[in-house]
Amino acid sequence: MNKEIKKISTAGNKGKDVRSDCFVTLELTESGGIVIKLESKVTVQYGKANMSLVREILDFYGISDAKVELEDSGALPFILSARMEAAIRQLIDTDKEFLPEFNPANQYHTEKERNRFSRLYLPGNSPKLMINAGIHKPDGVILDLEDAVAFDKKYEARFVVRNALRVLDFYGAERMVRINQLPLGLEDLEYIIPHNVNLVLLPKCEDAQQIIEVNRRIDSIRDTMGIHEPVWIMPIIESAKGVVNCYEIAASAENVVAMAIGLEDYTADLGTLRTEEGTESFFARAKLVIACKAAGIQAIDSVFSDVGDMEALARTVQRSKAMGFNGMGCIHPRQIAVIHENFAPEDKEIEKAMKIYNAFVEATEKGLGVVSLGTKMIDPPVVKRALKVIDLAIATGKLNKNWREEA
Amino acid sequence: MKKYGKIITNAAGRSVPTEINGEEHIPYKGIGKHIPSGRKFAPRIASCANYPADGNKVVASLREALVKAGLRDGMTISTHHHFRDGDLVANTIFDIAHELGVKNLRWFPSASFPCHEPLIRYLEDGTINRIEGSMNGPLGRFCSHGLMQGLGVLRSHGGRYQAVQDGEVQIDIAVIAAPTADPFGNANGVDGPAACGLLGFALADSQYADKVIVVTDNLVPFPCIPWQIHGNYVDHVVVVDKVGLPEKIISGTTQITRSPDRLFIADLTARFCEAAGIVRDGFSYQAGAGGTALSIGIYFSEMLRKNGWKARFIRAGSNKYPVKMLEDGQVDYILDGQTFDLDGVRSMRENPRHVNTSPFTSYNYHGKGNFASMVDVVILGATEVDVSFNANVVTHSDGYLLHGIGGWQNCLFSKCTILPIPLFRDRMPVILDSVTTLCGPGELIDVIVTERGIAINPLRQDLIDRMKNSGLPIRSIHELKDEAEKICGKPDKPLLDDEIVAAIKWVDGTVIDSVRKVIRD
Repeated sequence: MNKEIKKISTAGNKGKDVRSDCFVTLELTESGGIVIKLESKVTVQYGKANMSLVREILDFYGISDAKVELEDSGALPFILSARMEAAIRQLIDTDKEFLPEFNPANQYHTEKERNRFSRLYLPGNSPKLMINAGIHKPDGVILDLEDAVAFDKKYEARFVVRNALRVLDFYGAERMVRINQLPLGLEDLEYIIPHNVNLVLLPKCEDAQQIIEVNRRIDSIRDTMGIHEPVWIMPIIESAKGVVNCYEIAASAENVVAMAIGLEDYTADLGTLRTEEGTESFFARAKLVIACKAAGIQAIDSVFSDVGDMEALARTVQRSKAMGFNGMGCIHPRQIAVIHENFAPEDKEIEKAMKIYNAFVEATEKGLGVVSLGTKMIDPPVVKRALKVIDLAIATGKLNKNWREEA
Repeated sequence: MKKYGKIITNAAGRSVPTEINGEEHIPYKGIGKHIPSGRKFAPRIASCANYPADGNKVVASLREALVKAGLRDGMTISTHHHFRDGDLVANTIFDIAHELGVKNLRWFPSASFPCHEPLIRYLEDGTINRIEGSMNGPLGRFCSHGLMQGLGVLRSHGGRYQAVQDGEVQIDIAVIAAPTADPFGNANGVDGPAACGLLGFALADSQYADKVIVVTDNLVPFPCIPWQIHGNYVDHVVVVDKVGLPEKIISGTTQITRSPDRLFIADLTARFCEAAGIVRDGFSYQAGAGGTALSIGIYFSEMLRKNGWKARFIRAGSNKYPVKMLEDGQVDYILDGQTFDLDGVRSMRENPRHVNTSPFTSYNYHGKGNFASMVDVVILGATEVDVSFNANVVTHSDGYLLHGIGGWQNCLFSKCTILPIPLFRDRMPVILDSVTTLCGPGELIDVIVTERGIAINPLRQDLIDRMKNSGLPIRSIHELKDEAEKICGKPDKPLLDDEIVAAIKWVDGTVIDSVRKVIRD
């Protein structure tokens, strides 16, 4: 793009079904000052605030003569500023970022071992779907810069995702971003690593070298910015080659905490169709689970795409869990509860785990070296497994945190 | 005639006129504080000597019926919204009035709809002086711009019955559009090509209006059974080709919502009711026809099934969902005020446990009680709520009149009133410091459920206590308001003129608030 010549740019979305977004048309002019035309659903409530924000951003970039047309469908301020910045930076060559204030609620970091049953995909250029994502309590939210963003919107989506990471409260969900395939994805990192992204999803990963490349860029940004907290990586395996290399990928770096499989692209690569029973992907999924377990990381299953069929989703989750998967992607908030419910341990399992745990505590209190339940000795791995079941039961709401006190 | 006279501050702290369209009106005094004395309005005595002994009251046209009924300047004409956006009769009446050169009419509909937009030209040319009833869509904008000659008056369904019964509004000619009628004037809503279920909103008009005209496109020989409207009140019967558009009679909001955020609010509301012990064997509820309310009904139904319970009655707005519960034996009765789909119409026609009710039995505040206060829980909507739990249903935050009150005010008297609402809509916060227009006093609104938490009215300490270990996200209304403003920014208030364009009545006929003119850019 030749920034010298281009005088008019646009950014954002408009149209009948667009909400919580805006569409900016910016024209740099030679003279005449700043002329703003504002059309908004919320002119009465926020017309003045929007006008002054637009002026502030133009001033920030040193623009004193321009025509701005703002078609607003109730965009929150951080979306309006993302759209303005995207429009401006198409026309002037600058690295200056207009950053909205970082919401203190978004400072949290996540543990390597945390539960990742559900992670909700949010198209990176669709603010409407992001705003309330956290209330549905997914374990993670994925701001998606890859497949959910049209090619000509890739650039502007980065500003939306960056600002969302700074401003939007996802209420404790792990804050993830799916970057684009490399090499484009490396550039995406510049827009997310400085803004406390917890985990980066790397799509169409085919070998360990790609993880090393991503980590090199992440580390260089962390060094420059003085960031000490780790950024986790979840590679997505979506091709035959990726499946063949999946153990090396899983074991390629300390910060790879989970690995996912993407079946739409994988079945396309095989030249077959995706079915509910999943014969075509059984080998790949099984291999991925084994690779993850061998590398000591979590195995994450593909998304289930029929958002209307909760029963089929439940069946799919049960099969995933039986294969050893630890979680699954969601493309609709309604899938979250079904996924949690079906990844949760069964009642029988929880009851047994509670008994084992009680016996373990009793034995420890009495200073006994051996844990036994009735006449049966209990091996340490069984105790460890029981503890895991109890943790899961608590995390999925099937068991009260204070269950021992209540008993 | 002046639109309104002296302004005073009422018991809710709102400025209201004491004189409206040349008549005295009483300012709101508080809930249950205005106890009228005196007797109800008495319509004229009629005599069989003046009506045909063979019972045939059919006249050739609506025009002839209106002329025979003595249509003239300054009269009050009432119509009803049983056909909702498919009504064809109201527009025809005023076309005729215009042709006859009649002026200065008061239109007294039970509700208006976007299909009534053509009446704007009669409001402009003086055929119609004002609307006393709900003003939606284009009529709402017209009124909000201060263009109506008289002052608008908005009443609840119960308040409309009360106003007619008490003689506050004296109807000269009531025109009742009926899906089926006989030549004597008996009529019902369950049969015929334009079946809409019931005709409860026309009951007061049939009882108290000076002249009553029944218009139908399905004339049956006497007797028309059931006779929801009694021919003994009726002066003339008119047969037309089409009395309403059946495809528009059915409300568009009879699908359960697919919006994940609304479903989330519905689920939270249902769980609140469960944790509060409201959902139990023998309970009763009212949920409207909106997507969120319907979903709550479905969650209630699941809770009843899970526990092997049965509800005693559902107050409706019925459609296929409550009908299914009735047919599955999950509820003993549906007490229905209006049917929203064809399953509702069929059920009312065929099932004696699906009972048609009127604003007299369910909502009228000047009666010896009404059903509304006996309902265990009612689920309602609102355009705005404020930190004192006051709510607005008639204007939007930009100041424009966009909705009628419907049965909303009347329903507030239930044992527990819950408003499930999103914290903000397209950046517009719903919880404000003070509502633009006061329709329901906060004392009667118990719970606000939003996607970011539940606020319980401090007056309901019993509910607050019951929620202590529920695990539900209980927060103060101020916290919720602050969170919305943190996300959206603090909204500016709409620019409103001092001029009043409409008055909002409370259920007892007193004036609770005024609607101000919107200043156009």
